[in-house]
Amino acid sequence: MERNRKKLAVIGQPLRRVDARARVVGQQRYADDLSLPRMLHCKLLRSPHPHALIESIDTSRARAHPGVHLVLTGGDFPIPYGPMPVSQDEYPLAPERVRYIGDPVAAVIAKDELTAMQALELIEVAYRALPTIASPEEGLSTPEPRIHGHGEQGNIHRMHAYEFGDVEEALAGSDHVFEDLFFYEGSTHMAIEEHAALAAVEGDGKLTLWSSAQCPHYLHRALAKVLQRPASQIRVVACANGGGFGGKVDFANHEFVVCKAALMLGRPVKICLTRQEVFYLHRGRHPVLMKFRTGVTKEGKLTGMHLQTLVDGGGYGGYGAASLFYTNVLQPVSYELPRYKFEGCRVFTNKPACGPKRGHGTPQPRFGQEVQLDKIAERLGLDPAAMRLGMVNKPDSLTANWLRIGTIGLEACIRQVIHRSAFKEKHRKLPLGRGVGIACGAYMSGAGVAVYWNKMPHSGVQLLLDRSGQVTVFCGATEIGQGSDNVLAALVSEVLGIHPNDVRCVTGDTGITPIDLGSYSSRVTVMMGNAAVQAAGRLRDLIADAAAEQLGISPDAVVMWQGQVFATHDPDKAMSFAEAVAFAEAKHGTLGSVGSYAPPRPPGKFKGAGVGPSPAYSFSACVVEVDVDPDTGWITVPKVWIAHDIGRAINPVLARGQVIGSVYMGLGEALMEAQAFRRLPPELSGALVHRTPSMLEYKTLTALDMPEVDAILVEDPDPNCPFGAKEVGQGPLLPVMPALANAVYDAVGVRVDEIPITPDKILAGLEKKAKGETPRVGPESFPAVPYPEPIFVLPPAEGGDGAASKQPGERREKKPAGAAAT
Amino acid sequence: MSNVHLRLRVNGEEHEVSLAAHKSLLEVLREDLVLTGTKHGCELGECGACNVLLDGEPVLSCVVLAVECEGRSVQTIEGLADGPRLHPLQEAFADLGGAQCGYCTPGVLMTAKALLDKEPHPGRERIKEALSGNLCRCTGYQQIFESVEEGARRMCAGGRDGKK
Repeated sequence: MERNRKKLAVIGQPLRRVDARARVVGQQRYADDLSLPRMLHCKLLRSPHPHALIESIDTSRARAHPGVHLVLTGGDFPIPYGPMPVSQDEYPLAPERVRYIGDPVAAVIAKDELTAMQALELIEVAYRALPTIASPEEGLSTPEPRIHGHGEQGNIHRMHAYEFGDVEEALAGSDHVFEDLFFYEGSTHMAIEEHAALAAVEGDGKLTLWSSAQCPHYLHRALAKVLQRPASQIRVVACANGGGFGGKVDFANHEFVVCKAALMLGRPVKICLTRQEVFYLHRGRHPVLMKFRTGVTKEGKLTGMHLQTLVDGGGYGGYGAASLFYTNVLQPVSYELPRYKFEGCRVFTNKPACGPKRGHGTPQPRFGQEVQLDKIAERLGLDPAAMRLGMVNKPDSLTANWLRIGTIGLEACIRQVIHRSAFKEKHRKLPLGRGVGIACGAYMSGAGVAVYWNKMPHSGVQLLLDRSGQVTVFCGATEIGQGSDNVLAALVSEVLGIHPNDVRCVTGDTGITPIDLGSYSSRVTVMMGNAAVQAAGRLRDLIADAAAEQLGISPDAVVMWQGQVFATHDPDKAMSFAEAVAFAEAKHGTLGSVGSYAPPRPPGKFKGAGVGPSPAYSFSACVVEVDVDPDTGWITVPKVWIAHDIGRAINPVLARGQVIGSVYMGLGEALMEAQAFRRLPPELSGALVHRTPSMLEYKTLTALDMPEVDAILVEDPDPNCPFGAKEVGQGPLLPVMPALANAVYDAVGVRVDEIPITPDKILAGLEKKAKGETPRVGPESFPAVPYPEPIFVLPPAEGGDGAASKQPGERREKKPAGAAAT
Repeated sequence: MSNVHLRLRVNGEEHEVSLAAHKSLLEVLREDLVLTGTKHGCELGECGACNVLLDGEPVLSCVVLAVECEGRSVQTIEGLADGPRLHPLQEAFADLGGAQCGYCTPGVLMTAKALLDKEPHPGRERIKEALSGNLCRCTGYQQIFESVEEGARRMCAGGRDGKK
């Protein structure tokens, strides 16, 4: 069709984002910028104990405090919630038991924050302290007391095991088998905006919650459940998020509390967390201990991999069941891996719950995998870049665990970074203290399955046009800073032949926008984008039809381009976009359209096959250069080269910003960020306290620490994606940490198999080196984990139909066709 | 606790405020004057999101007592544009990706303005130093640096205050 042949006018252009002005003049309204008449303020009382039973709560003095309107406790909230159906284990206010320091137990709603804080001190809570669990290892060896009654057993929240082809057989037939342990410390999002929420009963009697939330649709469902009100009586407005990174994906206790208070009081109620509260709310990167056993041929081809993960979940389930899968499932996406076995275990601990943070569960095993590849290349005497180039997955292929790869630009990414960084001239050739490292990554462009099972679209877009020429697009997608509104405006305007500034975006509002599942799993560009292109295409056809009639041409000959509607071969036959819309309104009636998108069905048919599939995968390659001071262990990063296979950049300025921002966050995790806890001495209850619940102590890279980043966009349009555009918000983080670790090894010959890589670890490694010991710092052992018998599935290359074998014994059969379940 | 009365000059306009003496400049700006363009990320002086200019100098408004500002001149993000015309720094940030989520942006812009008012041609290292107290989690800073450099160029091209 004509529209597909025309040159793109918006896509690929470095246009100013549609919400840029609001952001630079201070007009962007975040949740805490909102206020309403008669608004009251809420503060939460949080547990000082990491694990305790609540024996009693006396709120009488707080209730009597002047200026206090309401005090709520766990008894006011009988219904639990959780983002996943399998772990409904949280309450807005803990009813009988607290599970981490910071777990909210009571709320005061008062005329102002100061009064509410004074009243918090008048609440008397009697706790009975319980033994606390600080780590997954402790959780495994301490089944009682159980932090939760649900879960697999003892303090194990979730476990799973899968085997795609006989991995032991593959390893036995390999020239080499490498076994390595890695540990990846937790880290937190630390969005600069502290979470805030405002709830009010509006004039129509319905409840509205404005919140710094990434997933208003899931929150909407949870509010209906917890408040026991019809969802149709509740509206959730996701305000522009002042940074998300996953930290506003899960529900926050206070969102339920202010809603309940607003309903009970008939007045607006607002809360804004303090920075310390945000550290305790957390939901960030899971600490993960990993064991990789990987078989290779002497030429450097992978034969099989066995990955075990042990995941520190913190005090609640949250998204943990999904996080756990993500510590396993994406390993085969980047390189050819004929057989793969993975086992995962998430353990409850008495620390703030972990959850999704940029890369959700995948940076940890990617770190291990890419560092292990560096070790393999060295042992085999291969160049680490060349070895990777030799095993990049083929386009349009299926991985051993039944994930469908579409386009794959990884080879181009690797070639770009090795060329631009002069990797081959530097690797193993730089003087002591200086080094380069390479690593790659792969990520989803959206999770293939929703958090709750349903057959409905993952994203809906609605368009409204009228004779004035104005175009309004409605979508539930949430602007968290990544530029989601801009993607929406760019796609609609490209299809309709207008400028993005001619489009008004109304997003993230469950009361007036079609459902989109939210800003998580890097899904927005692909899912919202496909729905937007469909909606805009339908309207374009109506407009072209009406314009063609007026111009006396065939609808196929209509071009819509830069605000003009004209005949392909006779541009003098033309009218403005607004005129064409008016003709269309006259011919077709009121103009509107909808578009929907649901991802392709997962190729695998086994239970659990829904986690990992995506409409498209993005790929990244990264070279990091480091300077390591052998005397102090101090690491400086002079430069980072990163290439990202984005499919197509809708806006190169914003795409580059996502890549550089990912590098920044990856370097922070690699070098310094740690959501770590310590035990107080026994006389202080042995409590588990956050080491650094402040921005001053939780170290992140400042402007002075950030190296120059050479960000390269590799564009290989993917047919599943709108105009070929894949994700860019998360994938580029993945290769950064292992590339840095590999660079440190190149610089000083020390393997730090543990994130973050800090000067003390470098010095410990150098000390070992000086003593003639193996210069490695990292975990030394992996505990016995009672993983279940694996679900066995034949990989596609060995036949089978993607279903699990019915009998455990079938896995050892050599005839693939006989082993596949039907 | 009785209130104190205060005269503030904010973005060139005189304001009289009656407030509790413990209130920070940030609280008075956001709550009493409803100038919510100034943000907060910690209220402990750690993140720089609340930077405003006090007599032309960047300060962390969360750790400045409002009563210290009696009779002094405060400039916030709302006072950076010249009516509908954006300041060259604002234009540059909008064009070059200097703002992603935008939450740290007001503080960054005010800090950058103070720098460029004193040093119209700062090098990259000076810009990094000046912005080292402004935390940003989105951009990785690089497009912020590029935006400040471009803003400086546009200010020079358009005259001292960037107005053509």
